[in-house]
Amino acid sequence: MRIAVDHRTRYRFTEPQVRLVQLLRLTPQDSIDQTVVNWHIGVDCDARLREAVDGFGNRTTMLYCEGPIDAIEITVHGEVLTAGDAGLVRGVIEPLPPALFLRVTDRTRASAAMRDFAQEIAPGEDRIARLHALNSALHARFACREERNDTGLSAEAAFRREHASPRDLAHLLVALARAEGVPARYVSGYHTREDGEGHAPHAWAEAHVDALGWLAFDPSRGLSSDEHYVRVAVALDAAGAAPVAGSRLGEGRECLDVDVQVAELGRQ
Amino acid sequence: MAAGQAFDEIRGQDGPDAIRPEFAALGAWLDRTPQADLERRLEAAEATFRQLGITFAVYGDADAAERIIPFDIVPRVFTASEWAGLSEGLVQRVDAINAFLDDIYGAREILRAGVLPEELILGNPQFRPEVVGTRPPHGIWAHICGIDCVRTGPDEFFVLEDNARTPSGVSYMLENREAMIRLCPELFRDFRVAAVDSYPDMLLETMRSVAPASAGAEPVCVVLTPGHFNSAYYEHSFLADSMGVELVEAADLVVDDDVVWMRTIGGRVRVDVIYRRIDDDYLDPLVFRPDSLLGVPGIMAAYRAGNVALINAPGNGIADDKAIYSYMPEIVRFYSGADAKLPNVQTFRCREPDALRYVLDHLDQLVVKLVDGSGGYGMLVGPTASSAEIEGFRAALMATPERYIAQPTLALSTVPTLTERGLAPRHVDFRPFVLSGRGGVKVVPGGLTRVALKEGSLVVNSSQGGGTKDSFVLMGDAPAQQQTLGAMTQRQG
Repeated sequence: MRIAVDHRTRYRFTEPQVRLVQLLRLTPQDSIDQTVVNWHIGVDCDARLREAVDGFGNRTTMLYCEGPIDAIEITVHGEVLTAGDAGLVRGVIEPLPPALFLRVTDRTRASAAMRDFAQEIAPGEDRIARLHALNSALHARFACREERNDTGLSAEAAFRREHASPRDLAHLLVALARAEGVPARYVSGYHTREDGEGHAPHAWAEAHVDALGWLAFDPSRGLSSDEHYVRVAVALDAAGAAPVAGSRLGEGRECLDVDVQVAELGRQ
Repeated sequence: MAAGQAFDEIRGQDGPDAIRPEFAALGAWLDRTPQADLERRLEAAEATFRQLGITFAVYGDADAAERIIPFDIVPRVFTASEWAGLSEGLVQRVDAINAFLDDIYGAREILRAGVLPEELILGNPQFRPEVVGTRPPHGIWAHICGIDCVRTGPDEFFVLEDNARTPSGVSYMLENREAMIRLCPELFRDFRVAAVDSYPDMLLETMRSVAPASAGAEPVCVVLTPGHFNSAYYEHSFLADSMGVELVEAADLVVDDDVVWMRTIGGRVRVDVIYRRIDDDYLDPLVFRPDSLLGVPGIMAAYRAGNVALINAPGNGIADDKAIYSYMPEIVRFYSGADAKLPNVQTFRCREPDALRYVLDHLDQLVVKLVDGSGGYGMLVGPTASSAEIEGFRAALMATPERYIAQPTLALSTVPTLTERGLAPRHVDFRPFVLSGRGGVKVVPGGLTRVALKEGSLVVNSSQGGGTKDSFVLMGDAPAQQQTLGAMTQRQG
């Protein structure tokens, strides 16, 4: 599949800012299942950009901008060729061993209620079947609702609600998998929706199974990932994989506006 | 063990009035100096400390600003050969700590070799994935270590704790020495004491030696403090002052284009080396805690790009973590190929069946601690525990043995200390300071001696009534040194 991504992030400030420093995780990497054909990050003001790779192996871009700044728009445009086979994650740079992803963070703690929920799900014949069962059960339980900004909700808090964002569902699956001793991680990226809707970055989860390596599950759809996905960043939870982590020097409030267009340009 | 059975570092083991032959001069000084005179000098020293503002804050204490750590006028003394032995062990240990950090954030050979259980590292919050794949300039991680030791005999030292993050206390070493030179100059005539006042120069040399390749011939070094409300602020400003470098707060630094700059009246100055006294969690809000106002946004990007040296390196907490401590002898052996010269306090890891069996058979003689506990919570002190407490711990140990370690109770050494009722033995520990730079690992000939001022007490923490003493390291046949004090010069030896 050839997928085109347009991702626009616009910050407006009620007072001019003196300077901005941002850490962007907005660039996908090549793997067996995805080839970045072209990718460009643009900024609508005089900013300096520096590329690097973080400890998780994610490609990062540091953005430095001197004020006065009333607004800044970061535009990402690119095209990626994707394959994808039943959620297998292949040929990805892995600087960290799977066991690191057993670590529980504040956002990925499994509450007693979550454990009870998991207990009621059929155990599954093996680990892979069990992960599929957890993934489907989460999909069935929550109405999935897109949210453009990270609300910082933990898995425990998200579980108490009726609806959940892709980020919340990814946290929930990560928390449930870790609680059962399966290494699991949060993934941010893009997904092309059948209905053509969807205006936010997407999030899902990967779990590690010894026989196969990392497998990607999308609890928002109750399915494995496939050629409709562009994988960008992984981390222990959403905070570590955030598309933009920013710091600003200046008074006033900020207003964030995000828009994502993901289009399938056809099969190759 | 009771204080009476402990080794006294000055008097030896022959009773309250004896003196070790090496320290006859100190014995004579103690005999001929009236108590009132010692008290007068002690008060003068404490008045100076108060005036300098060497205070520490006890949380929740309204008088915090008034508190100084009590000082004791009777020095602790190491002979040249005792010191040589201790130093060798410290150098070996700090070399191993540096090698361990370089490995654990790099190839992880030690995990492959099965020396440590993988989950002990990977599941430990002190192991920072954000640091993986980065190597600090020149591969040095633990530039400043404070290795806390206890002693049970003339050459019997044990490491109690490694401090490889931001160990404090070096200002006490320096201020205590200044006070002793001023108030007890005769001691420096009687003894050839190694000078410690070169510490700021050694530290600056260490910092410059690890400057990144981009730095010029005169690397720009700064001390980064969380601010004046921090309990160690005095030390931050003292060190910056005595090294002649800028003391900065986060707001004084900006990162631009992956380079750290310092704002000055004359414009931006590129910074090469930062001695940061801010914990990893607060260092960079973009990478660690996003709510941190103490940190510098982008500083980790500058560090990862190799444009700045951070002292100590981020991620060091994994080397001095409690759960790792019991493996230090194995870690030293893995990287040095030799047994640790400086042993740990014997530690039984109850996760191991043989150790658990021994611990359960000797609960009345051991101290049992939670691996993830702190502040004395979840701790059994066997010799003073009731049988009900012991049985309670027995049940807990059998239920979740992996959560516990056990250690024998040590007879900590004592040093004569001035009390209201004259000189009396008090238990001490010791924090030597070890510097690692491109030129190798160096031990400062001195350190911070902490003393438990309460009779029989083993608790030396300043927040719980502990005090400090000067720590003399005697020179063998080395040439006489000079101890400088402001405009005054005191010749020793």
